[in-house]
Amino acid sequence: MTENEILAGLAEIINEVAGVPADQVAADKTFTDDLDIDSLSMVEVVVQAEERFGVKIPDEEVKNLKTVGDAVNFIKAGAAA
Amino acid sequence: MTYGTRISGLGDYRPSTIISNEDMAKLVETSDEWIRTRVGIANRRKAGADETVVTMATAAGAKAIADAGIDPTEIDLVLVATCSLLATMPHAAPRVAVALGIPSPGAVDINAACAGFCYALSFAADAVRGGTARNVLVIGAEKLTDITNWEDRNTCILFGDGAGAALVSRSADGSEGIGPVVMGSAGELSEFITMNDKLQMVMEGQSVYRWATGVLPTVVREILDRTGIDAANLDALVLHQANLRIIDSVARSLHLPESVAIGRDIVESGNTSAASIPLALTTLRETGEVTSGDRMLLLGFGGGLSYAGQVITCP
Ligand SMILES: CC(C)(COP(=O)(O)OP(=O)(O)OC[C@H]1O[C@@H](n2cnc3c(N)ncnc32)[C@H](O)[C@@H]1OP(=O)(O)O)[C@@H](O)C(=O)NCCC(=O)NCCS
Repeated sequence: MTENEILAGLAEIINEVAGVPADQVAADKTFTDDLDIDSLSMVEVVVQAEERFGVKIPDEEVKNLKTVGDAVNFIKAGAAA
Repeated sequence: MTYGTRISGLGDYRPSTIISNEDMAKLVETSDEWIRTRVGIANRRKAGADETVVTMATAAGAKAIADAGIDPTEIDLVLVATCSLLATMPHAAPRVAVALGIPSPGAVDINAACAGFCYALSFAADAVRGGTARNVLVIGAEKLTDITNWEDRNTCILFGDGAGAALVSRSADGSEGIGPVVMGSAGELSEFITMNDKLQMVMEGQSVYRWATGVLPTVVREILDRTGIDAANLDALVLHQANLRIIDSVARSLHLPESVAIGRDIVESGNTSAASIPLALTTLRETGEVTSGDRMLLLGFGGGLSYAGQVITCP
């Protein structure tokens, strides 16, 4: 899976969970401040990302995922492992 | 000999004292806005000193019996689902039965925390189906404000008191008004919802949220499968009222048609654990969102962790 494919998948999930337009979801955007995703929406994004990309994103990792790019990189590394 | 089952009556009891979010903000550092956006609660009910699990269960049970129009002497079993009876002995069901004038029925309490009502309903249906009992009174009753830590803003804003009841009876024509139950548990996650040494609830909210939003859509699909119907054939979805965000998330992931009514009693009642599903049912019926014959999917989940759910037909 390429970074762009992961980003597009995340954008779809974020749109469905939090109603953020997919074209606003870019690697440099922070979940909390830029995209206005609160802790519970973040949990749902993580649950759906795990299912969609077949990776495990443990609770203690979630707080390190500040930007969309952080999540893309974590998923890419997890999917490759 | 086996029998078909039906829900023949519903009843509820809601304590008169209403605690608003503004009231909560006087107790702990919180706000109406935070509570509404994170949980969807506006008000919850608080039982007074004279309102106990037993008195609330009795009041809800009396209404369900009257709604069904059945003589109390024809009830053979009383099941009370509760997790907030402080003294667990004597248990609630025999005391509720005697207060209702039901002569010496089987009487058992069931504790599966917030999943208790749906478990009790499935046991009741099995008892009627197998001929063990002619009618079974199933009650979910909680005085959660007795086991709430009023200094913990993470939990105290969530909980309320109340009771709801359903009478389970034989159907006249062998038809099934209570579908097959899907039940399960995840005991490895039991520390997510516990009680401290003062017998107050302690919860890892986000972990529970993650489990619930992850697993519940699959459980709902399994209930539909076993019942043999599609989501499009449902008239209502009534999940345990833990958080409006969980309810909306599950509904969204099932792509339910607009026509499906969704139990949102949490807004006015808060989380009442085993009472929340029957309370949501009576609200849906009172507002006319569901009517007799409607198919409603119930799913309780929470402490344990545990869950149970089934499709029922509205009386
Ligand atoms: C309980 C629940 C609403 C908490 O929401 P949450 O987003 O997980 O809350 P968090 O603990 O992460 O807190 C988020 C922020 O809000 C704050 N907060 C917590 N409770 C608050 C309250 N009552 N008022 C205002 N702020 C509050 C926290 O301190 C935290 O602030 P910070 O980000 O500055 O640190 C949510 O986790 C939930 O509903 N879980 C499922 C519960 C459930 O299903 N139970 C079933 C069993 S009955």
